[in-house]
Amino acid sequence: MIERARELLASGEVNRVLAWEKGENDFDRTPAVFTADNVDSLVYDGLCGPNLSKYLVGEMEKEGKILVFLKPCDSYSYNQLATEHRIDLEKVVPIAVGCRGKIDVEKLRAKGIKGILSVTEDGDKLLVKTLYGDAVVENRKEVLLDKCLACKGKEHVVECEVIGESEDTTEGDKFGIVAKLEAMTPDERFAFWRGELSKCIRCNACRNVCPACSCVKCVFDNPNTGVANKAAADDFEENMFHIIRAFHVAGRCTDCGECSRVCPQHIPLHLLNRKFIKDINEIYGGYQAGAEIGQRHPLENFDKGDCEPSVVHVRGGARK
Amino acid sequence: MPMKENWTPTIVAFCCNWCSYAGADLAGSSRLSYPANVKIIRIPCSCRLNPMFVLRAFQRGADGVILCGCHPGDCHYTTGNYYARRRMTLLFSMLDYLGIDRRRTRVEWVSAAEGAKFSATMNDFARTIAELGENVRLGDLRCKQE
Amino acid sequence: MKKISLNALGALFAKIASTMKLYAPIEKAGQVDFYEWNESEKVRLDVLKTVKSAKDVFFPQVEDLLKFRVEGKSIEMNEAPKCEDDFVVFGVRGCDARSFELLDRVFLVDPRDEFYAARRAHGIIVTLACGAPEESCFCTNFGIDPANPGGDASAWIVGEELYIEPHTERGAALIADLEDADASSVEAAKKEISAIAERLPFANLDLTGFDGEHLMEKFDDPAWERLSKACLGCGTCTFVCPTCQCYDIRDFDTGHGVTRYRCWDSCMYSDFTLMAAENSRHTQLQRFRQRFMHKLVYFPSNNDGLYSCVGCGRCVAKCPQNLNIVKVIKALGGKKA
Repeated sequence: MIERARELLASGEVNRVLAWEKGENDFDRTPAVFTADNVDSLVYDGLCGPNLSKYLVGEMEKEGKILVFLKPCDSYSYNQLATEHRIDLEKVVPIAVGCRGKIDVEKLRAKGIKGILSVTEDGDKLLVKTLYGDAVVENRKEVLLDKCLACKGKEHVVECEVIGESEDTTEGDKFGIVAKLEAMTPDERFAFWRGELSKCIRCNACRNVCPACSCVKCVFDNPNTGVANKAAADDFEENMFHIIRAFHVAGRCTDCGECSRVCPQHIPLHLLNRKFIKDINEIYGGYQAGAEIGQRHPLENFDKGDCEPSVVHVRGGARK
Repeated sequence: MPMKENWTPTIVAFCCNWCSYAGADLAGSSRLSYPANVKIIRIPCSCRLNPMFVLRAFQRGADGVILCGCHPGDCHYTTGNYYARRRMTLLFSMLDYLGIDRRRTRVEWVSAAEGAKFSATMNDFARTIAELGENVRLGDLRCKQE
Repeated sequence: MKKISLNALGALFAKIASTMKLYAPIEKAGQVDFYEWNESEKVRLDVLKTVKSAKDVFFPQVEDLLKFRVEGKSIEMNEAPKCEDDFVVFGVRGCDARSFELLDRVFLVDPRDEFYAARRAHGIIVTLACGAPEESCFCTNFGIDPANPGGDASAWIVGEELYIEPHTERGAALIADLEDADASSVEAAKKEISAIAERLPFANLDLTGFDGEHLMEKFDDPAWERLSKACLGCGTCTFVCPTCQCYDIRDFDTGHGVTRYRCWDSCMYSDFTLMAAENSRHTQLQRFRQRFMHKLVYFPSNNDGLYSCVGCGRCVAKCPQNLNIVKVIKALGGKKA
């Protein structure tokens, strides 16, 4: 990858590269823009979870073309942003990179591994060095990011050069947990979501990382809307923020899973987005945001024969 | 659920200017009754209903929210209500997913000529909400009158 | 020094809670934060760091300050009640305990923040030594000793026992009924903690140059652009930070009055300091720089050289894109030849 990046930089086809670099901890990976001077510090491995697509929006104002590396799931976000004209395809050179699922360091911690110093991949094994001795995780699949368990497959949906092989890391039915929640009683569902959402600290990480949340000024940041809420001062405000956040990206959310990855409180935010996706699939026919450029998403579309909203009263989900 | 004495439900009805709002007028001039606690808010088209409006109504004390618009096919702007229909379907489903009783939200298509339907719809909805009791799950405590 | 078996802690908590409020690291929906204790809550003293710091107890994320009630033409104003009763915070780590002293330098100087001051006056802090410091910890750089965390009383966990050493009368009163123990019982544990602390990857950061003298040099450093590049502008770092103290005051229209409340604010946000006129920092680079300059340069130059960072490492562990103060210190600190 570095070779290819260097070639493209040298030929002048691009003047900068959007990829990942190592952070302060050995296992940290931070999105970064490289030029010919520092492209050698580019890193790509099983720890590169962050989706880079959204950074392209900010790069569009600059001169020259930018090279971006896209994992299969990131390519959906890329298409969706292109559909919304937030990125100019003339100014980007995408290269697809293989992905075998990305490691979630938090899941290593959840396994009781403390004081992690480094994580090294050895085939399917992970060697973890810590302050308190070394640990081995036999199968990396045990500690993949949640988003990788609902992998959209190994195909890149952007037509471009591909480097490396990919693997489909899906486990089980991606709508399984949504269906489980639907099967609960309203009281149970209410208790579940209150428990999760009451942890919210309104840091806005879920919103700011989301490639679909690309409004220049968010309604929640604008005191003139009368609904700006800097902190959730009441249970209601937690609910409102998360319902509106998910609703605003409904139909455009590619299910990239960044919202849940970045949440400091580990709230399973993707379950809200995925509920909309499941409903859309079941009511208006299967739809995958970002599958191709130029798609018209289900909420900016209609059919004269659409069902009535009262369908909510008869569709699945426990009633009592 | 413990019910406050003399509690009556508050219902917010978002009505399309071109049909249901006139339908409410017709109900009135035809001397058909509908509950006094139905607060009508006029909107230019059913698709003007931002999901935020629904939530805000609940925040500020609504116990039920109903949207009335033109019958599909009769939108003053041709297609507005088709979009509204999809949006509300998804929004109501999401509220249900969060444990908010699905009977607290409703959409009805009421034309300007349907004063009787307007009155019947509101009476029925008010009855349903009265049975469900006060909305405690999606209200803002700060907005409750002490 | 006193001791109590970990199994009997519930009884001690119940006894404390029978006379005053007790806050402890409690697990809710899989995450641990400081919440008010009751018998049904699950206390997690084994978790090193709560997600939010313990500052939440003294300086909560949201608090009401004032209520206006409007009736006809009259307006009634009611100030929110201040804390009047003693309460206990149990299980505060050394870094968080130090953060209260830093917050005092902001809230207890003129103009004094009475809401904060009342809580500080009534709060009894029981700290807990860090049994197993993590890779993100770097408190020792700021003169904090994870083995001797301070407060009104300090606790150490050794095997199945919890040892508590009171430092103040209020701390001693809490544990007066417990069994006496020998202070030497925790010596080994303290040594062990110090030994790990020395091996921490961020144990020896070079902080030279972070002072008022080098303000412009740090401010103009070209490294800020690279450092802030990936910043999302979310508020995670500021909200998990024990020393971030910026807040906003807002009015909420309740329909029959107004509730004036205060909530944490973040210098990372576009609507920060909007009340004056506008946010004077237009780019994320400026906002990012502000946060670290405040902690490492402005605060110490106004406060006898004290850094507004306690090295808890929460920003290191929680930043979605792995940016943090350690990275900044390493990039700008010292004077590499």
